Amino acid sequence: MADIASGMMDAKPREVHVGFMPLTDCAPLVVASEMGFDRRHGVKLVLHREASWANIRDKLGVGNFDCAHMLAPMPIAAALGLGRASDLIVAPMALSLNGNAITVSHRLYEEMLAADEASARAGGMAAAHAIASVVRARQQQGREPLTLGMVYPFSCHNYDLRYWLAAAGIDPDNDVNLIVVPPPLSVDALKTGRVDGFCVGQPWNSVAVAEGEGVIVATKSELWAMSPEKVLGVREDWVAKNPALVSDLVRALVTACQWLDEPENRKEAARILARPEYVGISEQILAGPLTGVLTRGGQQANIVDSDLVVFHRGYANFPWRSHALWVLTQMIRWGQVREPFDLKALTERVFRTDLYREAVAPLGVPAPASDNKQEGGEGDGVFFGSESFDPTAALIYLRDLEIRNSGTDLAAFTALNS
Amino acid sequence: MSTNPDSSLKILVIDENPIRRAIIESGLAEAGFTAVTVLANTTRLIDHIYTLDPDVVLIDLENPSRDVLEQMFQVSRVVRRPIAMFVDKSDKTEIEAAIDAGVSAYIVDGLKKERVKPILETTMTRFRAFTRLQAELEEVKGALKERKIVEKAKGILMKRRGLDEEKAYELLRKTAMSQGRRIADVAQALVSSADLLED
Repeated sequence: MADIASGMMDAKPREVHVGFMPLTDCAPLVVASEMGFDRRHGVKLVLHREASWANIRDKLGVGNFDCAHMLAPMPIAAALGLGRASDLIVAPMALSLNGNAITVSHRLYEEMLAADEASARAGGMAAAHAIASVVRARQQQGREPLTLGMVYPFSCHNYDLRYWLAAAGIDPDNDVNLIVVPPPLSVDALKTGRVDGFCVGQPWNSVAVAEGEGVIVATKSELWAMSPEKVLGVREDWVAKNPALVSDLVRALVTACQWLDEPENRKEAARILARPEYVGISEQILAGPLTGVLTRGGQQANIVDSDLVVFHRGYANFPWRSHALWVLTQMIRWGQVREPFDLKALTERVFRTDLYREAVAPLGVPAPASDNKQEGGEGDGVFFGSESFDPTAALIYLRDLEIRNSGTDLAAFTALNS
Repeated sequence: MSTNPDSSLKILVIDENPIRRAIIESGLAEAGFTAVTVLANTTRLIDHIYTLDPDVVLIDLENPSRDVLEQMFQVSRVVRRPIAMFVDKSDKTEIEAAIDAGVSAYIVDGLKKERVKPILETTMTRFRAFTRLQAELEEVKGALKERKIVEKAKGILMKRRGLDEEKAYELLRKTAMSQGRRIADVAQALVSSADLLED
């Protein structure tokens, strides 16, 4: 295959500093560096392992990194000025879809079985109904509410967990305690009973099962077939100054994602990620979900699902503006943002489909015709049970979601976005 | 020591490193801050913050629990007062300095920046001092290790080539010079080869 680099072929690859969190889905960055896909495209990745998403945001903000492995909602939150004020961060590509799961303690799983055995055993969306029965029973008995963990306020984990609970009639802000649990501390929190369950990325769900502390009750792929998760975050001003380098970087990472989506490479990916400088979790635990086999614990049958984490196929690297729009609906839904703003303009500024299209065209990698797509309904694959999301009617979709923060003036949003 | 007008500010320091924790605690005490609590274990962080109700929270950047603090802007039900970030966009140089030192600060909403500055500066100075100390320690460790290797290489040359100690060292030095390498590197190569040739 011909090498495509925008610079001169014999030029020294340009160093690009990239921050990542030790999670399974940092794989595109690690693989690009380990397999030399970066050099092939004129880039030399320098990887920086980080301990928190806040560090990723701050270090990208002050220029310690050029780009980073980010939760899809993070660049959106930055554009809205939520959390610490930062420069504008854009996403020229997505790094992966799916990959999260909801895990509960054995104690909670027993309660779920006792309250609603069929739903608990069915898993996925149904499992939330079993949790809802437990929540209501606890309320009637005057017991402590459940405490559930997620990884960051601006994360799909937060929105997924809230969506799942709300779909079963639970108000995540009032019926349960929702707290942040950093992934490496999540299994211990489950073990000591500080949380009754959590929504985190792999490998931490599988670590909980392997250590006999948790039962996986839902995978993200069961809730939403091809759902947004991690993106490549780049400062907007860095993109403006280094357009050719951004293209090279996207090509290098898309090539790594193509490699990662070949089933025969997943075991090798697990072997690389297991190293202490990357994820530092046993190869065996990493390999299960990467190869599509998920041990759920609690005497349940394994899940066999090749979509547990998706790195390339199905336009997985395309930074769908409708994904950004959906994230915005959830930020408004839960009161993270109250001031009305132009939703469409924000998705266009942050999710840079133009940069992606331009970068992958020379690779012959196809990109979709539209920047937006419907989820569920006429769209492809399941979206939270039988629900659907139409990006041309996002605020109507939001209005029709029964459980949401009552402090938000949806009419004001509608007036500004009509 | 002059009485610090802000000695009543409640400061929480979260750091898993015991040495650095002690260095920061003494630094803040010297600067006149008396209401300082240090926390090594972050397992019940929200409970601690709820109980202590600190005005300023300082946390080392290697700590994954930083993200727990981030959530406190979102949740006002768990903590009484929302904790706001120390910096806005205009404080970029301050963020840079803090990140470079390896620490992050959170303050309660409404607290004046000028009141927090001396706290952050003391903490940053102590963080930097600790990093320097650690680097020096590594250097000393490295130098000790190199000396041991050179001693071992000399021993090999003395045994195999029947040289005295001075001559053995001279040979190492000359080889290093002619190859443009460090004596310790030549010694390391010699020791490794000798190990390979041993039965």
